[in-house]
Amino acid sequence: MSATVAVVCFPGSNCEHDVVRALGTLGAAARVVWHGDDSLGDADAVVLPGGFAHGDYLRPGAIARFSPIMDAVRAFALLGGPVVGICNGFQVLTEAGMLPGALRRNSGLRFVCRTAACTVASSSSVLTAGVPVGTRLALPINHGEGNYTCDAATLASMEEAGQVVLRYDENPNGSVRSIAGVANAAGNVVGLMPHPERASSALIGSADGQILFGALLGSVAVTTS
Amino acid sequence: MRFAVRVEVRSLEGIADPEGQTIERALPALGFRGVEAVHMGKLFRFVLEADSESAARATADQMCSRLLANPVIEQADVWVEPLGADASDEPAVGRSA
Repeated sequence: MSATVAVVCFPGSNCEHDVVRALGTLGAAARVVWHGDDSLGDADAVVLPGGFAHGDYLRPGAIARFSPIMDAVRAFALLGGPVVGICNGFQVLTEAGMLPGALRRNSGLRFVCRTAACTVASSSSVLTAGVPVGTRLALPINHGEGNYTCDAATLASMEEAGQVVLRYDENPNGSVRSIAGVANAAGNVVGLMPHPERASSALIGSADGQILFGALLGSVAVTTS
Repeated sequence: MRFAVRVEVRSLEGIADPEGQTIERALPALGFRGVEAVHMGKLFRFVLEADSESAARATADQMCSRLLANPVIEQADVWVEPLGADASDEPAVGRSA
């Protein structure tokens, strides 16, 4: 049976259909769920896609975390369900307190939009399970506020526990320790600034994103079997 | 009672403020000398109905920790001032004389 993935659409999300398509090519039954809904249905995994939820007013993700669907997302994650936030979705997860740290304006205030070479730093997450540490991935980045920060104690414990899952080879935005993606302590909630859905086919420059989505769907098979 | 509330949100000490740093570098280019420690933040002003000044302050503090500021990276300062019964809705705090 194929995995069912709920892709949450907030007002201002703009990558939801790309995520649905990328997951669909891997055999998943992915569908868009409106942020005003209060149920994820029978989803096996949840993706919060990129974009500018609620116009990024106040701070990116600050308003989206109060959307009705977020109660269901929080409950789903507490039960161990896989939740992945991409770009703006990552910002929503940090604002919601589901991931440590915060994302600030890029150093130099530059909006970055290019393909970034990244390296998997931990296999202890639903998005990198089975992907060897050191695996290099070419993934598009596209953000103005991707400058990951957290306090020193949090950073040390995350590094120790393998919660830093992805790093940039060349730091594009000032993120502490070149962090591109992090997981919660349990590894079932992951956020990353790069867009795996935009690296879903060699035809568009890279299919490396499918390595991560494949790992996600593999994690679903493990948690539901 | 009605209170004029002003909330100033800025980066926590030790957290980089890329906007403030960029402005600090830009000012000398315009000929402004001797500028340092530039920080850019957000200012919120609103009128709040509350039983007392301390109640208004407590409510504003909760607003800061739950929405107006992200406590991971930001700190907030709150000013509360009683509004007269015939005062307009426009808070006076934060305005220059």
